[in-house]
Amino acid sequence: MLEIKDLHASIEDKKILNGINLKVNAGEVHAIMGPNGSGKSTLASVIAGKEEFEIKKGSLALDGENLEDLDPEERAHKGIFLSFQYPVEIPGVSVTNFMKTAINASRKARGLEDMPANQMLKLIREKSEMLEIDRKFLSRSLNEGFSGGEKKRNEIFQMAMLEPKLAILDETDSGLDIDALRIVANGVNKLRGKDNAIIVITHYQRLLEYIVPDFVHVLHDGKIVKSGSKELALELEEKGYDWIKQEAIV
Amino acid sequence: MDLKDKLLSSFLAFENNVDLDHPVHEVRSEAIKNFEEKGFPSKKEEAWKYTSLNGIQKVDFSIFPKKENTLEYKDIKKYFLHEIDTYKIVFIDGVYSSYLSETTHDGVDVCLMSAALTKPQYKQVIDVYFNKVASKDESLTTLNTAFSKEGAYIYIPKNKVPKKPIQIVHLATGNEAALMLQPRNLVIVEENAEVQIIERHQSLTGNEVLTNSVTEIFAAKDANVDYYKVQNDENTASLIDNTYISQKDKSIVRVHTFSFGGKLTRNNLNFYQNGEYMDSVLKGVTILGEKQHVDHHTLVHHAEPNCESHQDYKGIFGEKSTGVFNGKIIVDRIAQKTNAFQQNNNILISDKATINTKPQLEIFADDVKCSHGCTIGQLDEDALFYLQSRGIPKKEATALLMYAFANNVLESVRIPELKTRINKIIANKLGVRVGFEL
Repeated sequence: MLEIKDLHASIEDKKILNGINLKVNAGEVHAIMGPNGSGKSTLASVIAGKEEFEIKKGSLALDGENLEDLDPEERAHKGIFLSFQYPVEIPGVSVTNFMKTAINASRKARGLEDMPANQMLKLIREKSEMLEIDRKFLSRSLNEGFSGGEKKRNEIFQMAMLEPKLAILDETDSGLDIDALRIVANGVNKLRGKDNAIIVITHYQRLLEYIVPDFVHVLHDGKIVKSGSKELALELEEKGYDWIKQEAIV
Repeated sequence: MDLKDKLLSSFLAFENNVDLDHPVHEVRSEAIKNFEEKGFPSKKEEAWKYTSLNGIQKVDFSIFPKKENTLEYKDIKKYFLHEIDTYKIVFIDGVYSSYLSETTHDGVDVCLMSAALTKPQYKQVIDVYFNKVASKDESLTTLNTAFSKEGAYIYIPKNKVPKKPIQIVHLATGNEAALMLQPRNLVIVEENAEVQIIERHQSLTGNEVLTNSVTEIFAAKDANVDYYKVQNDENTASLIDNTYISQKDKSIVRVHTFSFGGKLTRNNLNFYQNGEYMDSVLKGVTILGEKQHVDHHTLVHHAEPNCESHQDYKGIFGEKSTGVFNGKIIVDRIAQKTNAFQQNNNILISDKATINTKPQLEIFADDVKCSHGCTIGQLDEDALFYLQSRGIPKKEATALLMYAFANNVLESVRIPELKTRINKIIANKLGVRVGFEL
């Protein structure tokens, strides 16, 4: 589904990604781990199409189609979703209205009419119940005054609403207590299927106990330095990242 | 004849129609002398550096409308906040329209300045309040004072709250090729009383209109005043709004100015604090395009300890529009423990739009908290990316972010239907595809 080949990316001439190779097939869950500053969030932003990052070399394709020239919204229309580490506050626009705008924008891009109001309401009810989100929460301004946990839960709610082909979860576990983590992970697991894929970016193994990955990759200095099965995450938890860094130097 | 000469000679005609023995006329005579001496302000004056009145002075304005005009409510309903029941003081070409108005004397006075300035029962109040906070020095204010005759008169006695908000609406029919209006409003809110007022000036055609308005507001101890100015006029209508507010202990006065149109708009908003533990709130949303020009000049004078002021003005400037924000805060030496906040954030969405923003703080007390921040910028790239990553195209995402930027100021609007209306105007101005209810 997603194929990244020898991807180099920079911001203002500062190299951040130095040759990433990654292949994600439908039905798979990949975890990307690594120390601070290793390029995890950059990789997520580059896949989602953030303009500040310049691709210097390599390629990025979804279902065989090169993504490089597509705007972030066009990538979203093709089914890419990024759950943000720091979701942005939008005063005056409620969660519900924001979702309506987003869903109808995607439908418009696909040549469809606006989703009928009753269908929209049903979808909102269904997905908010799945994530144990209070109805009152949905009429609040998007992310404004939300706690860290509420923001993350709201990101996953958006993911559930948009039903992406490829979801990238950037540090979704940060700011979540154990109950919220369970609810969020549960929501993500319900969205797992044979036709879609998930990339989980995280510091800690904790989230991976709930969202069990098929593959774990370790990012260091903008490169994947080690890949393995879910056991690799446990090993990292135990030993830290230093031994990986050592290996990389050798 | 230039406009100044025309006004001076019109004053003689004006005198034929007012009671020259009334004490107010002495005030008018003093005022016209000041205007005669000073004339229209020029760009050489610091306070008018960015706003030129030269163009306006070349227009041959009618100073008094030649005939009375009538309008059907259905044709002008959209200019009213018609979603809720309100008192209304409506003027057509400067002349009171009893047909369109709904005034009251039931416990509170919501009526006409012309009555207050002539009838004996108001004399005591007029003696105490009329022209007591308005400047006797600023030329356009004195010009208005000289011609003061008609406008809104609102008197809320101690502990009273009017049953509903009050709308002051000035309509210009365009029956004159060019018309100058000079409404004069007086609002007195006594101890522990409350009032909510919405003011709008609206031209109905493309004919030239110039309004030079003065409003005096007196808020006594514990009074609570909300004043909303809706400025969304035609591109041939100019407004000079001079508002003077005198506040006493523990009162709260909030003035919201929504500037969405008009050819030239100058808002001189002056708060004078005379007491302790009060709050002055000045909020503004400005969204301009074409060649529209809005100049916000605010003054908050903290004269006693333990008071607050909060200013928050947001502006979005497109096409060839120009904006000015000049926010002056004075904190007297005895006004310790003052908290004065001022914020002016602007977004330019066109290379040809201009904003001049200038905070002016004169602080003579040492134990105060004063903060000010002026920003001129583009939209937050991270926020834009966030919206785009949800599938919202860049153009719509930009509009949505500007909507959110401006919307922030509306939190303090205490009439929900007005808030919705302003939200809709903002969405409309920004071209937000609000396929949703606000």
